[in-house]
Amino acid sequence: MTARIVIEAPGLCTTVQDAGRFGHQGLGVPLSGAMDRLALAAANALVGNSRDTAALEISYAGPGFEVRDGSIRIAVVGGDAALKLDDGSVVPANQSVVVQAGQKVSVQAPRDVSSAILAVAGGIGVDDVLCSRSTYLRAEFGGFAGRVLLAGDVLDVACVDSDAVDLELSSEIPYGEGPIRVVLGPQADFFDAANIERFLTNEYEVTTDSDRMGMRLAGTVLQHAKGHDIVTDGVVNGSIQVPGSGLPMILLADRQTVGGYPKIATVISSDLPRLARMMPGQGLRFQAVTIAEAIAARRAQAAKLDALLSSCRMVRRSGVINIERLHAENLISGVVGPDD
Amino acid sequence: MGHQQFEKLIGKARFLLAGDSGVVVEFGDRVDRALSETVLRLRSVLETVALEGVTDLVPSFRSLLVQYDPLVTDAETLIDRISHYLEATSEQKAMPTAWELPACYDEAFAPDLADVADRLNMTIAQVVDLHSSQEYSVYFLGFLPGCALMGDLPAALELPRRTAPRIRVPAGSVAIAMRLSIVYPLVSPGGWHLIGNCPLQFFDIGAASPSLLAPGDTVRFRPVSAREHAALSAERVSGNLFAGRERFLRA
Repeated sequence: MTARIVIEAPGLCTTVQDAGRFGHQGLGVPLSGAMDRLALAAANALVGNSRDTAALEISYAGPGFEVRDGSIRIAVVGGDAALKLDDGSVVPANQSVVVQAGQKVSVQAPRDVSSAILAVAGGIGVDDVLCSRSTYLRAEFGGFAGRVLLAGDVLDVACVDSDAVDLELSSEIPYGEGPIRVVLGPQADFFDAANIERFLTNEYEVTTDSDRMGMRLAGTVLQHAKGHDIVTDGVVNGSIQVPGSGLPMILLADRQTVGGYPKIATVISSDLPRLARMMPGQGLRFQAVTIAEAIAARRAQAAKLDALLSSCRMVRRSGVINIERLHAENLISGVVGPDD
Repeated sequence: MGHQQFEKLIGKARFLLAGDSGVVVEFGDRVDRALSETVLRLRSVLETVALEGVTDLVPSFRSLLVQYDPLVTDAETLIDRISHYLEATSEQKAMPTAWELPACYDEAFAPDLADVADRLNMTIAQVVDLHSSQEYSVYFLGFLPGCALMGDLPAALELPRRTAPRIRVPAGSVAIAMRLSIVYPLVSPGGWHLIGNCPLQFFDIGAASPSLLAPGDTVRFRPVSAREHAALSAERVSGNLFAGRERFLRA
């Protein structure tokens, strides 16, 4: 059985994303995929999906939609994001809820992180392109018609039993904290020791000139010891390029497959989700770690994530704030919601 | 720890780290046919042996980026395994695929051609002649899906990139910079000099092999009239050009 999501308000940049499009970078095809891999995994777990299932990525303003033809089960994960249903109930981030045919949902984008994931039980019904459902906007393929969602779009999703159990995360998502950890190189030798030291000790700030391709930083200008052009070579998510301006730029999900600027360091994979969540204006510092420390950090995070995903628990009914009911029972006066 | 990056020299390869999910196997620091062949040979070998945990192989001019899943393997293990294949030979195709791509050098498609000729002290006809008489080979695909980095451009046509990149370069633009030539497969920002347009489709997501060009292929450009360009463009819109691409192979 298929239910449908009819988009009424598209949000600012709502795209279909999964874990990414691996194996085609040699053709010039970037990875794409969710900016926050941990949010994707957690949201999917809450609706009973495998962790890499295609979901909606939401930035800065969330979509509003109507559910048609059957019940669906959804969950939003990402900072203080929330789901507002037209019966007045508000479901906070990190909980799943079943929405009935005919109901309308407004997804409140997070205000404290740059993106959130809305997962739907069974995934988003779009075709695989080169083995992935992720949207690649520049080349206009993958996801829903290769573009951001627009009003009037209709997404096919799976129908669920209307009495499915609502789940919530039992603990924090393991983003970690502290400085953003990096492994130096592969072109740290384009910088002298003093400039590497400046890179590692000064605070940088995320600028508004940041998107799914990359994050530009403001702060201490770095000087190259061997020029700012290298013979173009391959890059990864987290590569920190230093172009002629001397200001670092960190490559993210929709980055190109190769780049021509020296890469002073590379953000370790366990810290990429935390980095990708950062908002313009936020400050960050870098800390160099060894490759062994980087791999150990990733494996420790994976173990914590596994534990989190396998320990989702039932939501106690009071966990969902039903504002109409609270009004009816005269428990509150006025409405206090995530919009206030 | 000291602020030095990890690096390890084994034979003629320099192993570097791209964080905890990539190992760079670097063979030099130049754009060079022999280095490129070494890179493509290693890629071909590693594709065949399919080392555990490897998620993608990204060749470029002088290095191969081996991406991996750090939950499955680690850099030390991979470097050790890869080092065994540095001297391995692969079953390279005996003859590279040879293409003859139609290109229209008319003014309407070539906003930088007059300027390029001017800067090189040549006539427009001389630039077109030099560009279309050279046989290029594809170093690798990068920047955009299906975008082939082709070399070498005749030394007489060598120019740095434009100082002011364009925000919107039309799809099919034939462009030059340094000792390289490319065709922009999609509308894109770009900083190269635009000297013509090729109406073919370079990437088809529905095809078993989605890129028209592959590393190692050779390419010549055949100058065509605006009329022939328009006819081919109409065919591309109808979706027939990619499926019928054999007709652009060199006889």
